Amino acid sequence: MRVPAIIYGTEDLVRAMDDKVLEQIRNVACLPGIVKAAYALPDAHWGYGFPIGGVAAFDAEAGGVVSAGGVGFDISCGVRTITTGLERAEVEPVVEKLADALYAAVPVGLGRTGQIRLSDAELDAMLEGGARWAVAMGWGDPADLERIEEKGRMAGADPGAVSKKAKERQRAEMGTLGSGNHYLEIQVVDRILDPKAAAVYGLVKDQVVITIHCGSRGLGHQIGTEFLREMALAAPRFGIVLPDRELACAPLRSELGQRYLGAMRAAINCALANREIIDHLARGVLRRLFPRAKMALLFDVSHNTCKLERHRIDGEEKELFVHRKGATRAFGPGHPDVPEPLRSVGQPVLIGGSMGTGSWVLAGAATSEDKSFASAVHGAGRAMSRHEATRQYRGDQIVAELRERGVIVRAPSMRGVAEEAPAAYKDVDAVVLAAERAGLARRVAYLRPIVCIKG
Amino acid sequence: MSGRFEHFVHGADIGIRGIGPTLEEAFAQTARALTAVMVDPEQVAPREPVTIAVSAPDEETLLVDWLNALLFETATRHMLFSRFAVRIAGNRLEATAWGEPIDPLRHQPAVEVKGATMTELAVRRQPDGTWLAQCVVDV
Repeated sequence: MRVPAIIYGTEDLVRAMDDKVLEQIRNVACLPGIVKAAYALPDAHWGYGFPIGGVAAFDAEAGGVVSAGGVGFDISCGVRTITTGLERAEVEPVVEKLADALYAAVPVGLGRTGQIRLSDAELDAMLEGGARWAVAMGWGDPADLERIEEKGRMAGADPGAVSKKAKERQRAEMGTLGSGNHYLEIQVVDRILDPKAAAVYGLVKDQVVITIHCGSRGLGHQIGTEFLREMALAAPRFGIVLPDRELACAPLRSELGQRYLGAMRAAINCALANREIIDHLARGVLRRLFPRAKMALLFDVSHNTCKLERHRIDGEEKELFVHRKGATRAFGPGHPDVPEPLRSVGQPVLIGGSMGTGSWVLAGAATSEDKSFASAVHGAGRAMSRHEATRQYRGDQIVAELRERGVIVRAPSMRGVAEEAPAAYKDVDAVVLAAERAGLARRVAYLRPIVCIKG
Repeated sequence: MSGRFEHFVHGADIGIRGIGPTLEEAFAQTARALTAVMVDPEQVAPREPVTIAVSAPDEETLLVDWLNALLFETATRHMLFSRFAVRIAGNRLEATAWGEPIDPLRHQPAVEVKGATMTELAVRRQPDGTWLAQCVVDV
């Protein structure tokens, strides 16, 4: 290993981690140009090359690499939360109607396309412009942009580095949610742990928020697939010995490395545009049902990325390429890249839970910079395989049980619901508590779902 | 078809495995295993043929390329596939996949597969002479 591998978690979480997490984080620590340490966060589990819940930073000057596996297949998958100003009491009586309307408005699941079809020129403009493009097209609120990472547009995107196949997969997928653990939820601010930060974030107890979890759809999957293959086959040419093919990487200072960065940044813009459009569709539904709703984006944050950032290493500021695979950026209070209205308390860190267990809003801690290149957890992670979940649960039973507990589920497939059973996931509360105790982020509020739209 | 397929456990995702008397049949069965991650293959009528051709430097990469080519066809044609005829010569695979357009109400797709990966990737002849082809798919 070139640097130490550091794992954060409580004893219970670390013991429950797959042995593969340890093997994978050790492998990451062996990659060329890695700086300081390879980190596994409290929600870490077995990923592709990198563990999911992994963070690693590379120095281009020291022969550092960029890894397609270190970003993952769902490039820039992330979470956004929108405050509505609506009280729980005015929404709860009409949750069934709200669930039906959202399910009709937002395409979900395999084989569902959106209303939007993009020409080649429009695809390129979307890949350059991200959420800014979506807003300019009329699918979003200009006020959202300052509340999105990179102000809604990732610089350095190169649509020319994105294959025709990747673009073809995306042509009819803008504004679609996808499937698996992706969701659109209506949630209630159930508990507030940090009143000051909650006030800055606009979170009020018993008010309703919208949360969206999804990524760059087919375009990101295709880019991940193609570059993983190309990097795996090119590794010997770069003299890189890979203990695991899926660690596939290329020097940052190589044509392949630069081409991947250009394509990956284009996929980040695709994810930002996609979440902006889904948000726009959801707000349209709420506006129709609740004319007094005052919707505003709290924040939009991605958890599968590689970004060029400045970090202090041994007292010296360096530009590093920080991979976060299933890890959320968590800049602390005062960081210049946190939007000015939120800066005093730190960057919102939005953590998705399962259908039944709710989500968390955290704030980046000042100590996260030293602990993990300013990164925190991203979600609960699975505790049970899909096969085991379908063996133990039936989708219609899960839907009925969740209804009893006040969560209305809409999904195209009951097998899909069974695979996403709440009990198939780890305890998200334990994961966020561990992140807080490790000094990565502070808990601000807990969000309880009342409507869950699943793909 | 004389082979069989199965799924195996991988943390957050799922492993697919095809076994058959020939390399070609093992690849065809792995494709059925891929469909079975999304839907019940028995519910997919093999009505429309789609031809696929991929080349790779080794058999394992060829398997990943074959599965990802099918996923591309699923994503862009909005089709599911249930019958496969695979021919492999050297480093080139040519195949016909038969299927039908996705009907979300009838097929009830459980999950969309993002990509076939190199995790647990293996293509090998087993001691009993049958061929095995497997990998984990990201969902």
